[in-house]
Amino acid sequence: MKKRVLILVGTRKGAFILEGDVKRKSWELRGPFCEHWPINHLVGDAETGTIYGGGGNEWFGPAIWKTTDLGKNWTHSSAGLAYDAGEEPIKAVWSVAPKNGSLYAGVQPAGLFRSDDGGLNWQHVEGLQKHPSRPRWNPGGAGLILHTLVLHPEDECQIWVGISAAGVFHTADGGETWEPRNRGIRADFLPEGQNYPEFGQCVHNLVMAPAMPTRFYQQNHCGMYRSDDAGKHWQSIEKGLPSSFGFPAAAHPRDPDTAFLIPLNGDSKGRYVPDAKAAVWRTRNAGATWEDLREGLPQKNAYFGVLRQAMATDRLEPAGVYFGTSTGTLFASADEGDSWIPIAEHLPTISSVETLIVGT
Amino acid sequence: MGSEAIEAANAAVTVRLPGVLVDLFPGSTRSLEISVSTVDEMIRELDARWPGMRDRLCDSTPAIRRHINIFIDGERARLDTRIKPGAEVFILTAISGG
Repeated sequence: MKKRVLILVGTRKGAFILEGDVKRKSWELRGPFCEHWPINHLVGDAETGTIYGGGGNEWFGPAIWKTTDLGKNWTHSSAGLAYDAGEEPIKAVWSVAPKNGSLYAGVQPAGLFRSDDGGLNWQHVEGLQKHPSRPRWNPGGAGLILHTLVLHPEDECQIWVGISAAGVFHTADGGETWEPRNRGIRADFLPEGQNYPEFGQCVHNLVMAPAMPTRFYQQNHCGMYRSDDAGKHWQSIEKGLPSSFGFPAAAHPRDPDTAFLIPLNGDSKGRYVPDAKAAVWRTRNAGATWEDLREGLPQKNAYFGVLRQAMATDRLEPAGVYFGTSTGTLFASADEGDSWIPIAEHLPTISSVETLIVGT
Repeated sequence: MGSEAIEAANAAVTVRLPGVLVDLFPGSTRSLEISVSTVDEMIRELDARWPGMRDRLCDSTPAIRRHINIFIDGERARLDTRIKPGAEVFILTAISGG
């Protein structure tokens, strides 16, 4: 099969797949899939080509959807995806991460599940719930949600999770024990003098730099940050950006110094792109300086936001960058953000964007 | 018809499933007759025929999901509600969402 680029799009009303060739000039949209369920995260396994969709339906609860033929046929399961009887039931799946035959799912209320049979059966990774801080985790605006999962590229025992609003936690033993990793991250919503707690920060998104598993970029409710020691310490990189608020972050596929953010106008002003003019902000020096990328993006009356999992890069050269808006437009750049075109419009609210390269 | 057959026929209940649920389980049908005596038994029987259906209808409390309604002879039922032989059970999706 010829090499193809798939853009995997999770929306409030189903999943969609855009398919294009490596030039990334023309795209074909397929969908909606997953019976119109809200799909919070649609992600592909680069090793197998299997696509998984995590979501939750108001009638039927949480499930992981799966296709092994790039979207022609879908199955779904939530066997084992449950807390003990009497506890608050799981409402939805928010994040899915496949690696080396295993699959992790982050859910609401915040918790982590693992499947070793391709998503048919799930086991609760109980260690996270047993962390002593668990009784003091407070929900963010959308609930208490484990929305971000980062797996170590080589060490399968290491996982980072982002929980709103408990912060970042890390395990080095496959999920038995966890430690908070939020040092240096502000919590502006706490009383003065208590703004740097051990946990309780409102992480929005977290990405690992390529081939550098100690470097992370984080978009937080209260600032943008970089860590160079696997999340043990964080430093602000928001100088030069138009605000300290936004949701998604994306890493370059090869350069650990390059990352992309989409700052919004703040948490109390509609959460739109600043001045109703859309821009993706790129750093080439690990956050020391930023440049705004606007060519092809609307510079007038753009009253949209971009949600936490709705930006991604591909692995081609030069790297493609993609983001989906709350108003259902998917923008693409085939030149690392220098210029943009809309490749899908009038979709439902876009919750997530991921890429998958198939073929050779 | 022998007495055992008559008893089995009498014990059967008619279950009607919503289309959006049937869409999730290839091979399932909008209407079927099964012999059960409680709602919980009915859902277990549905799950035995179409694995995973219980998770779509019940949460882990365990309880019937908040936006699923099960009506028996016009009355809203719970998991422990008994079903009389010959009853007609409607599983319905509530009005919800946006």
